[in-house]
Amino acid sequence: MADVMALKPGVGGQAAPNYLTASRGLKSWLFTLDHKRIGVMYLASVLAAFLIGGVFAMLIRMELLTPGPTLMSAEAYNKAFTLHGVVMIFLFIIPSIPAALGNFALPLMLGAKDVAFPRLNLASYWLYLAGALMGVVAMVSGGIDTGWTFYTPYSSSTGGAVSLMTLAAFVLGFSSIFTGINFIATIHKLRAPGMTWFRMPLFAWSMYATAIIQILATPVIGITLLLLVMERVFNVGIFDPKLGGDPVLFQHFFWFYSHPAVYIMILPGMAVISEVIPCFSKKPIFGYKAVAYSSVAIALVSFLVWGHHMYVSGQTPVASAIFSFLTFLVAIPSAVKVFNWLATMYRGSISFQAPMLYAIAFLLLFAIGGLTGIVLGTLSVDVHLHDTYFVVAHFHYVMMGGTVIAFLAGLHYWWPKMFGRMYSEKWARISAALVFVGFNLTFFAQFLVGSRGMPRRYYNYLEEFQPLHIVSTVGSWVLAAGFFLMAGYLYASLRKPIDAPANPWGATGLEWQTSSPPSVHNFDHVPVVTTEAYAYATETEETTVGAR
Amino acid sequence: MRDWLRSILLPAEGTSYAGSVDSLFFFLFYMGVFFFLLIAGLLTYFLIRYRRRGPDDRTPYIVKNHKLEVVWTLIPLSLVIFIFFWGFHTYMDAAVSPGDAMEIRVTARKWVWEFEYPNGIRSLNELHVPLNKPVKLLMTSEDVIHSFYVPTFRIKQDVLPNTYTQLWFTAKEPGMHRLFCAEYCGTSHSDMLGRIFVDDEKTYNEWLETGGDEGKDMPLAEFGAMLFKSRGCNTCHTIDGTRGEGPSFRGVFGSQVKLQDGSTVLADENYIRESILRPQAKIVAGYQPIMPTFEGMLREREINALVEFIKAQR
Ligand code: HEC
Ligand SMILES: [Cu+2]
Ligand SMILES: [Cu+2]
Repeated sequence: MADVMALKPGVGGQAAPNYLTASRGLKSWLFTLDHKRIGVMYLASVLAAFLIGGVFAMLIRMELLTPGPTLMSAEAYNKAFTLHGVVMIFLFIIPSIPAALGNFALPLMLGAKDVAFPRLNLASYWLYLAGALMGVVAMVSGGIDTGWTFYTPYSSSTGGAVSLMTLAAFVLGFSSIFTGINFIATIHKLRAPGMTWFRMPLFAWSMYATAIIQILATPVIGITLLLLVMERVFNVGIFDPKLGGDPVLFQHFFWFYSHPAVYIMILPGMAVISEVIPCFSKKPIFGYKAVAYSSVAIALVSFLVWGHHMYVSGQTPVASAIFSFLTFLVAIPSAVKVFNWLATMYRGSISFQAPMLYAIAFLLLFAIGGLTGIVLGTLSVDVHLHDTYFVVAHFHYVMMGGTVIAFLAGLHYWWPKMFGRMYSEKWARISAALVFVGFNLTFFAQFLVGSRGMPRRYYNYLEEFQPLHIVSTVGSWVLAAGFFLMAGYLYASLRKPIDAPANPWGATGLEWQTSSPPSVHNFDHVPVVTTEAYAYATETEETTVGAR
Repeated sequence: MRDWLRSILLPAEGTSYAGSVDSLFFFLFYMGVFFFLLIAGLLTYFLIRYRRRGPDDRTPYIVKNHKLEVVWTLIPLSLVIFIFFWGFHTYMDAAVSPGDAMEIRVTARKWVWEFEYPNGIRSLNELHVPLNKPVKLLMTSEDVIHSFYVPTFRIKQDVLPNTYTQLWFTAKEPGMHRLFCAEYCGTSHSDMLGRIFVDDEKTYNEWLETGGDEGKDMPLAEFGAMLFKSRGCNTCHTIDGTRGEGPSFRGVFGSQVKLQDGSTVLADENYIRESILRPQAKIVAGYQPIMPTFEGMLREREINALVEFIKAQR
């Protein structure tokens, strides 16, 4: 990384050093306290994780091209889907927007010099590295085949590196908690003068809500995974009935974290979209407070819906009913946000650069993900669809169509700020189109496979499902092509001299008031905020879009 | 229209309960399509109508409209509350079994389903039930969690190692229905399949008496090949020489088998028979003693057929 970053300085080599060029060498990165550098290191790491998780995904899709063995054994397949899930969730999605983009952008957006606890921030990254390393060791020393959900008693009885992998997830949990603590403190304490809570960009509101969940829910999964390790290593009976434990208890613990974790993943996606849509519509966000409060509402209610993963687990019908009801309630704030974003575009001046293309894709895919979530929240219908490919398709629409697409929107949005370079808009559009088409081919087919009754995590399947699996696998190739193209033009942009203006999109956020890339201390003068966020148009003065 | 859509979206309806689930499913489907088209339609319209014309564009300051916001909160809210009650209603139908239901015991283990009928008869991976009679399954697992899933009946229930869970249905479509294991349970999870045969009263009773006449006209080895799959031997054994959870059947017959205690034994008909009925009696070296016993679960002719089939794998 250091090589790519030790970039040619700005035009004529005269420009003041920015955070990338201010110091050199690997050590200056690994021991940096600069939130921007930590963000960039996180970015490089999560992209590497995305590549690994993606390779597993391609292997899975390849295997499912035909029923019966295609490429690997059943054991290898079970490991592949487990590792795909573990890597994508714990190493990629959870840290993707908060720790990579958020670390970089949030302090800038608040007009701060850094996060509240820079050392804790670095510790978070180191823990991430340690967790990732443990994960990789677990992968090569036997792998694991439990599914990313680690359900007991299967996980307490199967072989492989389950203990090491759960410890890895435990360590990664702390890295996520540290980020959360930092963001809450930063948002409370380091806002620029004049930036009241309701003048903050909505990105900060969503990050705040995310941080609440990170801090309150992550310890539960940490404890649960430790209990699992104790059961495996010391034979303490907690979840395994053979030792006197209760396997369903594990599911309660697991989902008590993992449902809120879904919002750790999607709220940051919504955060990015709330920045991009006003900017590329050149209109203030519609219903600022509704969007802000809905993030917090989602964060709180999300703690009370975990049982919707367990309608058929043997929990009592009353419990299922309560969980179903609360699940529907949590759907409402998400729906409200979608309507707010749409209303923001109404009478805007919409341009179609790459970040906006991804935001548009997000709206469409997230709508499908959300609406199929309603289908799954419905008790009797979920009984049929639970643990089928319908669920697989649904969460990929939310997690990939939602969060990953939003991550790409954010990546393209802040890329010029992070590295001071513009990427090729033309290639970015082509790649966005490939990703969109490939994604839908891959996952839409899976809704049908699932509603027709094919369970998930199946190595072998009935021949009648093959045509749809072929569509899905071919879709995964298109998707992969889109990502390779993206890697290509983003890399190419890094090899050019600095060419990005401070504010390429004509955006209002504070991060655009400093140079691209920013100096080490972010701002030359402490910015003072006098207006609401997203002042693309104001009540009093009429500005043209071009004046921004 | 509904039939056509159903053939694309859902499996056939094997119970009247399936019909009531489908009504709700289709309501959700049409509602979903409606809202998606609404969102996508508005989006497309805005993108075209309000695309940037040039740097002189001016945008208005529109940041709230309380009426609109109340409307778009309350409409979805009342819709989901309505859906909740509908879903709860059908869910309760499935949760409470009628008192006169016939009870069948289900035992799940890696990777077979075992059924025990009121008269003590047992069957593997094949459940026979009478048409139009409520049947209640009382289920438990011997190892990890499995899940009993019959798509055509729209029912599913996890099968737990420490508790009984139950499920009931009244089949109204005669013929074969597929049973899947829906909770991931290891290597052969996707082969833990079963078949449910729904027969009229007479055929069902006959089956209970005689065990049916499956394979009656087949040569033994061919019948054995069928049982190899339908009784779940294939979840642990292969016939192509590759090692699974258990040894491959290829070339076993007539060979000297090394046992765990260091001795060897000639794999003749009696050894094969014993291996099937009392697998723990002689454990093959290098394997775990995980093979379930098939004592009392196979009829004489079925045992003969399996032995014949294994003999034929040279
Ligand atoms: C849960 C996995 C499992 C299932 C299901 C299973 N077996 Fe086995 N079987 C094993 C294992 C493991 C061994 C080797 C250890 C032993 O001898 O018990 C074995 C051994 C055998 C042997 C002795 C093979 C040799 O090389 O000596 C025979 C014969 C056999 N099984 C037949 C069957 C038949 C027939 C069925 C189906 C009706 C069946 N098995 C189902 C796991 C299984
Ligand atoms: Cu959930
Ligand atoms: Cu299973």
